[in-house]
Amino acid sequence: MLEAVGLACVRQSRKLFADLDLRVGPGESLRVAGANGSGKTSLLRILCGLLSPSAGEVRWHGAPIAGLREEYTKQLLYLGHAPAVKDDLTPQENLHIASCLSGMKRGSEEIRSALARFGVPDQPVRRLSQGQKRRAALSRLCLSAAVPLWLLDEPFTALDSEGTSLLKLLVEEHARRGAMVVFTTHQDPGIAASRVLELG
Amino acid sequence: MLAAVRCIVYRDLLLAMRRRSDVATALLFFVIVASLFPLGIGAEPEQLRAVAPGVIWVAALLSSLLSLRRLFESDHADGTLEQMLLGSAPLGVIAAAKAAAHWLVAGLPLVAIAPLIALQYGLPSDLYGVLALSLALGTPVLSLIGGIGAALTLGLRGGGVLLALLVLPLYVPVLILGAGAVGMAAAGLAPGAQLLLLGAALVVAAAFAPWAIAAALRISSE
Repeated sequence: MLEAVGLACVRQSRKLFADLDLRVGPGESLRVAGANGSGKTSLLRILCGLLSPSAGEVRWHGAPIAGLREEYTKQLLYLGHAPAVKDDLTPQENLHIASCLSGMKRGSEEIRSALARFGVPDQPVRRLSQGQKRRAALSRLCLSAAVPLWLLDEPFTALDSEGTSLLKLLVEEHARRGAMVVFTTHQDPGIAASRVLELG
Repeated sequence: MLAAVRCIVYRDLLLAMRRRSDVATALLFFVIVASLFPLGIGAEPEQLRAVAPGVIWVAALLSSLLSLRRLFESDHADGTLEQMLLGSAPLGVIAAAKAAAHWLVAGLPLVAIAPLIALQYGLPSDLYGVLALSLALGTPVLSLIGGIGAALTLGLRGGGVLLALLVLPLYVPVLILGAGAVGMAAAGLAPGAQLLLLGAALVVAAAFAPWAIAAALRISSE
């Protein structure tokens, strides 16, 4: 259970949000919506512990995440605005390293099939388009079924309609498994049983 | 945890292999800076032999500084750093692995090429060992201390100059001990004390710098 109580965020002396409460339970997905600059990314960064809130706290199964550190980060997958893939490596090398860093070593067969599911070609990332780069980053989702919390920042950006429906499917599948998903978007992607939090 | 260390070192070495020009730039810079001094101060063999340890060490210092900016910058820009902050291994361990990889790419080649520069300065061949050993002990300290500066100046405008201002004063003890060890050996005295102090500096830096780098990375990535 992910819980945030009385969250406030001030960036460069501008108040983005205050007194924000949210709860995401097992099997739930939460869509964070709001205009540009309303603090969606900041909220997600606070939820994963990259940013400390100006007030309030985030709790994971009742315990504040500030005290949990790696115990908490082991149980989440955060995909940020930047795709976190290296231009000089191939998607396969990128995925291998990403899964190794997150502590879940995967075999090359699993990695290949995850990339194939998203249709990512096997060539250095610098030769891929923005959308393909995003797909390479999102392939991690296929390897992270066992991670109980997904935090996805603008995951639908640069995706074509086929990519969008695959991502929708993965998010819905993950929620059905009893895991939690929090993601930000501008447009409603129409994910079944998703709650909406409107910022700003 | 060890898997994460192996993974980071392997990744950084692989990236260095794919961007060989970056590695070559720092190494060429070292060679060129060290080669400029004889042109500036004249080719008097005695004089060159006297300044050689200091010149080689200063060139190594500047060359290490040149490659420091790259330590975290690209990881910060493409979002990989966030994944390291959220990784399963403690950030200090990741920082130590990054510093180790930086040394393998930017420090170790200097150790290997230094005897060649020493030859250029006419240093007696029995000093090559002391010179290489002092660099082998000192350059990892440069990578570790430099890592703190690189992490603190991450994402800042004009961070390159600030990094130099921040880190160069901290390099002074390493420079004095490193050049001192070669100087002592050249004078026919035992360089043991300086080398032991360099070794001690390496142990202290290896124990504490990674955690300082980790704290600085957390601050810079907020």
